[in-house]
Amino acid sequence: MQFGIFTVGDLTTDPTTGQTPTEHARIKAMLTIAQKVEEVGLDVFATGEHHNPPFVPSSPTTMLGYIAAKTERIILSTATTLITTSDPVKIAEDFAMLQHVADGRVDLTLGRGNTGPVYPWFGQDIRQGIPLALENYALLRRLWREDFVDWEGQFRTPLQGFQSTPRPLDGVPPFVWHGSIRSPEIAEQAAYYGDGFFSNHIFWPASHTAKMVKYYRNRFEHYGHGTAAQAMVGLGGQVFMRKNSQDAKRDFRPYFDNAPVYGNGPSMEEFTSQTPLTVGSPQEVIDRTLGFRDYVGDYQRQLWLMDHAGLPLKTVLEQLDLLGEEVVPVLRKEFAKNRPADVPDGPTHESLVLAAAQAPVAAASVGRDDLDTSAAIAPHRRATGAAFGLAGAGTNGA
Amino acid sequence: MTARTLAVVSAGLSQPSSTRLLADKLATATVARLADEGVTTTVVTYELRDYAQDIMNNMLTGFANPRLEEMIEAVTAADGLIAVTPIFTTSYSGLFKTFFDVIDNRSLTDQPVLIGATAGTPRHSLALDYALRPMFTYLHAVVVPTAVFAASEDWGTGDGGRVDSRVQTLPARIERAAGELAALVARSDRSSRVRDPFELPAGFDPAGMFPPR
Repeated sequence: MQFGIFTVGDLTTDPTTGQTPTEHARIKAMLTIAQKVEEVGLDVFATGEHHNPPFVPSSPTTMLGYIAAKTERIILSTATTLITTSDPVKIAEDFAMLQHVADGRVDLTLGRGNTGPVYPWFGQDIRQGIPLALENYALLRRLWREDFVDWEGQFRTPLQGFQSTPRPLDGVPPFVWHGSIRSPEIAEQAAYYGDGFFSNHIFWPASHTAKMVKYYRNRFEHYGHGTAAQAMVGLGGQVFMRKNSQDAKRDFRPYFDNAPVYGNGPSMEEFTSQTPLTVGSPQEVIDRTLGFRDYVGDYQRQLWLMDHAGLPLKTVLEQLDLLGEEVVPVLRKEFAKNRPADVPDGPTHESLVLAAAQAPVAAASVGRDDLDTSAAIAPHRRATGAAFGLAGAGTNGA
Repeated sequence: MTARTLAVVSAGLSQPSSTRLLADKLATATVARLADEGVTTTVVTYELRDYAQDIMNNMLTGFANPRLEEMIEAVTAADGLIAVTPIFTTSYSGLFKTFFDVIDNRSLTDQPVLIGATAGTPRHSLALDYALRPMFTYLHAVVVPTAVFAASEDWGTGDGGRVDSRVQTLPARIERAAGELAALVARSDRSSRVRDPFELPAGFDPAGMFPPR
């Protein structure tokens, strides 16, 4: 099982001091936090992608490339990569390049993004969010798996004989998680391809997450990728710890009360009872996190949101120390107990290379056969008219 | 015997509330009409004031807490809905609107709805038709033709006291509206439908094939 943190990269005023970091300071803090993740023995650092203030991480692979050079062990990931408004060709290139730079320590979580204006800024329409996520990913998969791609779809300009470079490291594309809070379409997509499903359940009740994950697991089995228990599940979480539970509540409350997402709404006590947010001692965090398994089953990846709502860097690093020293070692031990042998560990480049070597046929078509070969797809494709080609050219120029 | 459920949502604020009074009268009349047709009706009544904090928290956090979720489920799964609001500043109250803002905008599709409103003077009565009716139309609910408005003076006017013989009294308007709603509720199978929250749109293809295969 993999443990790590994810950052949305928000630039928020610290409500206890009134100080707002500069963009430069925030970006440097994120880089420091990523290196701390490795230092304290966690497994994954994931960054968000945003194209509007108050968020700074617009260019994830630039940031992750730097972190790759500064670390040796952790997996560099995203939370999330915008599959709707980014050109899938550029995603294919950027992440294949990052794979080589990082010697394979790369995967990514795809998301749609929920900021309305970002879609038109990148020439898209938010009402097409799901169709964009489906079609763009279908192309992304082929770009990584086929040397030469002929493509025509609804959104992007057509491709004839296009080769995305560099080719994925060792011929194995990065593992892909599909992130969604409430869209069964995305859980279905993840299951269809046998990809991972990441449920960022930090702002949602456990009962909801349980239903979504169960749906994904059943559909994963339906599509023949293994048993429901073998599906790849990742969860978001959010914690704030002090040695003493009361200190944690006292210290986190001003950040909770003023947080952009839930501030001025329910009380911290109400919110922690209704969502996975845990504010308390390391032991409380351990107990709560172990409880996730009760409603999603044995899972592969646990990421926490740590550095938002204006928390200063020093506090975030203290949180990471607690995670690394007191929480994650216990979680590793406890999650390993009674874990069925056939439930896979979190995916790594090495595990994917091994799987590809052991089962070359299956690995070549992780999704369905009819998706992964252009010969099978070609008959389904018809010319969609110049209008789509023109629209695609105009929208993907950025 | 046929069974149906009827949800009543009242946005009245005071105790006792004339908005709630109107809501109850509309519900009682509807239940009686349904009984005439051999239908047993279960009525669930909600005062939005009791859920005011939950509704605002839902607005701010994006999800309904378990208490509100249960109430939304009961309202949206009912065979019919009676929705009554006081008129504030020429429109529905903010609380009333906020409730209908936080529920899923597909969840009232095809639901038979009877709208009602109360105010101090009859001069606000058109709010039913320029504010409430368009809102429910947007939600694809089926709003019955008669909407019932009760001004303060209506509560003291019987047949004998009618100022204008061309205007129906409040009890007559309630009866007419209840008859319209009852006819739709009697035909509804909404409350017995099994709803699948994971139902995918018709023709959904996880590979996003265009044109669809």
